Parts: sequence; structure tokens; C-alpha cells
Amino acid sequence: MKGRRVVITGMGAVTSVGHTVADSWAALLAGRSGAAPITAFDVSDYSTRFAASVRDFDVSPYLSSKEARKLDTFVQYGAAAGIQAMEDAGLVITEANAARVGCAIGSGIGGIGQIEKNTEIVRTAGPRRISPFFVPGSIINMIAGTLSVRYGMQGPNLALVTACTTGTHNIGLGGRLIAQGDADAMLVGGAEMATTPVGLGGFAAARALSTRNDDPEAASRPWDRDRDGFVLGDGAGVLLLEEYESARARGANIYAELTGFGMSGDAYHMTLPPEDGHGAALAMRNAITDAGLPADAIDYINAHGTSTQAGDRAESRAIEEVLGPAASKVAVSSTKSMIGHLLGAAGAVEAIISILALRDQVAPPTINLHNVDEGCNLDYVPHAAQERSLRHVLSNSFGFGGTNGTLVFSQLA
Amino acid sequence: MSSIEERVKKIVAEQLGVKEEEVNTEASFVEDLGADSLDTVELVMALEEEFETEIPDEEAEKITTVKLAIDYINEHLA
Repeated sequence: MKGRRVVITGMGAVTSVGHTVADSWAALLAGRSGAAPITAFDVSDYSTRFAASVRDFDVSPYLSSKEARKLDTFVQYGAAAGIQAMEDAGLVITEANAARVGCAIGSGIGGIGQIEKNTEIVRTAGPRRISPFFVPGSIINMIAGTLSVRYGMQGPNLALVTACTTGTHNIGLGGRLIAQGDADAMLVGGAEMATTPVGLGGFAAARALSTRNDDPEAASRPWDRDRDGFVLGDGAGVLLLEEYESARARGANIYAELTGFGMSGDAYHMTLPPEDGHGAALAMRNAITDAGLPADAIDYINAHGTSTQAGDRAESRAIEEVLGPAASKVAVSSTKSMIGHLLGAAGAVEAIISILALRDQVAPPTINLHNVDEGCNLDYVPHAAQERSLRHVLSNSFGFGGTNGTLVFSQLA
Repeated sequence: MSSIEERVKKIVAEQLGVKEEEVNTEASFVEDLGADSLDTVELVMALEEEFETEIPDEEAEKITTVKLAIDYINEHLA
């Protein structure tokens, strides 16, 4: 990245396999799936009846019952992940630094649960019964709003919305703001809770979801011949990015450096990627160039890998094109095989996973990959985590509308 | 059946996230119980629901303390 160096000093996550970073990471290394039948509402009429939902989440350590009641569940997940990240980083907001610390945390869908609930209220009880907190509690930028109020962060306050690339874009552009001098620290990421009656129905109608109802844990199977769509996931990931010198000066624990960020648009189709994966390739190439690295320096890729035929193949082709001969030795895994597709939170949670891979020198697995499909020729780290020597890792996100983003994280040099 | 006073205090406690024993009859929603303007709007909605009544906006604006809420309900729930 041009400009000032940007490092990661705090991380927080809420996923279907753990309500903290440590619990989620342990589950992912063990190859555990978070997919299970949906019990939150009646799904008997749905073609897909399972998801990687967050279950038994206790918000009380993060928000008072009065605060939580006003906020859609996606905001609660995002706020919890943000608070975890701040506590992990130990950054104290003071009068001196408040104007230099900001937030960029988005969501792909936002407060669809509250929208559904209040739509029903209008129909059955009339407009006078709509909660005064419906609008503020369900808009996408309210995670950034809530966290800035809590900590007194007066720097840039944003929520970029780019479908399933949301988390990645918020991290990348948050990093740019620090590199270019608009802020010295940014709390960045994404959150999602779209496993609602309309959300589930919408993705099912788009024929995007796996219908493997008899075996939810085996449903998300990126690059496997028998995959049949993605698995909806809920949760949040938030990271604290800091300018390197100021992080070092305060003695912060530095996980990694954000060295590269790249973006592109497919300019192709509403939901499908082009077969040759040119948009994905362009985002990856831009990110690797931004990092000032040769393509063969990338040791691990946390793929977008949603478990759809078109997406998996296009991404594999893009990796082969960008990495060239080095594609045969890079470890590529899709942790969506375990936590499903967290949409606007996916890129944020996967960035955290990539950073932990770098810290612990281990590539998390792709589970359920029994028969690699044709056109998919990479080392997908099947079944079990692998110890690897990793210096530079890359995380991809691609979204409906043809919006692509790639991040490169490196060991602190 | 609990008294109107008890029912009002229970709703105030739930809505404003305070303990029931902290809800004094004389307490002001904003000054003593930490409510903001949207909290009071929602509180009035909860009272409407509990007592199956409709409180006009111009009346609702005047209900700023626990006592005023109890009085309003007593007067209009005959």
C-alpha cells in the first residue's frame, strides 16, 4: 500500500462455530461445521431448511437490554465483534486521539429482520404501532454509529455496502484512509443476519442455496463435484487497523500488516461471474501489485469459494492465471465449507481467519471436499488443517453486481 | 390483577432498562431514568398496548414522569 503502513492490532468475531475469535478459530482448525436445521421460524415450506446461524448468542456482555432491544440482530453481532476487537487491541480513545479514530463497518443486507417485523405490524396493527427505533435500529451504518458513540470515535464514520464484498471493501478502504492520513485507526468489518423468512426465501428463489436438507453439515462443499449451492451464514467480523508507527509507539500487539488491497468490477451479469474469472483476476492482481509483491510470494489464499459451480470454477481459473506456475503450490481453502456464506460479513471474518493462518502458520481446511470437480486444479487443503510456512496471505470476496475485492496480509517485516 | 401503578412501573422499567425498584412515582423519564425522546415515544406506545388505549400525540408529549403516566391512565381508563 502506498503511504503510511497499516497494521492489525485487534480482532473480534461472532460466527456459527464460536462467539469469539478464539472459539471460532479453534472450531475451524478442527474442521467443524456450523450448519444445522433452522429452528427460529417455521421453514416447512422452504426448499432450504438449514443455515449456519449463530445460536444461543448472549449479547448481555456487550449491550444493555435497553440498547439491544432497539437494534436489529445484525447490529448486535457487529457491535459485539467491534467491542471484542477494541478490547483485544487495548486502544484507549482520549480527547487527543478521538478525531483520528473512525469506523467503517457494513452489511450486505442490513436489518431485514426488523423490516419484515414492522411490515407485519403495519399490516396488522397500522402505522401508529411502528417502533420509533425501527429506522435507526435497522439501517446499515448503525454498527459504525453504535460503536462510535460507545467509544467516542470522532473520525470518519462509514458503512460501505457491496453485497458479499462488503467486509473486504470496508477493510481495504479503511486501510486506505489510514495510509493516506485521514485517520490513524479504523474499526472495520461487516455483519449479517439475513436468515429470516424473507431473506432465506429470497436466496432460495435466486436458486443460490444448497438444498441438502438431510445433511446440513455436508452441504457447503466448495470445489466438490456434488456441491449444489451455498449455505447462508450469520455473524460478524471486526478488526482494528492502526497506523504502524502509532501502534508500535503504544506497544500494541501487532497481528499482521495490511500490505495490499485491490478492487474490480466484472461488468458481466447481475449474479454470475464470467467463466474466465477476469474480474476476480483483476482484483487479485491489483492487490498483489499494491503489496509490491511478485505473484509467487502468496503462500495461502482464503478463497471466496461459495460452493456454487460457476463461482468456484471462475475463482480457480483466476488464481491459476494470476499466480501462473506458483498456483500449483499455493494453499487455497474455503472456510465457507464450515461457517457458510456470511454475505456482508464474509470478507471480514475471512480476513481474520487469514490473519490467524499467518500468525499460527497453518492453513485451515476445506471440509466436505471428497471429489474435486473438473476445472478445479488447486491444492484446496481438503478435510484437515495443514501446517504451512506462510509469509503473505490473500483473501478474496466477490459479490452480486459483479463487485470484487482482494486483501493481502503479510507478516510484519 | 396488579394495580395501574404497578403495571405502569413495570412497563417503565422494561422499556427504559432500569430496575423496577428504581422507578419512583415522582421520577422523570428523561432526567431521572435516562430516556431520550425516542425512548419516551416507545414508552407511550407500550402503555397504549398494555392498557388497550390510544394516547393522542399532544397528550403523549405531556407525559414526562411516572406519576403523569399513572394519572393519565387513571383518568382515561374509567
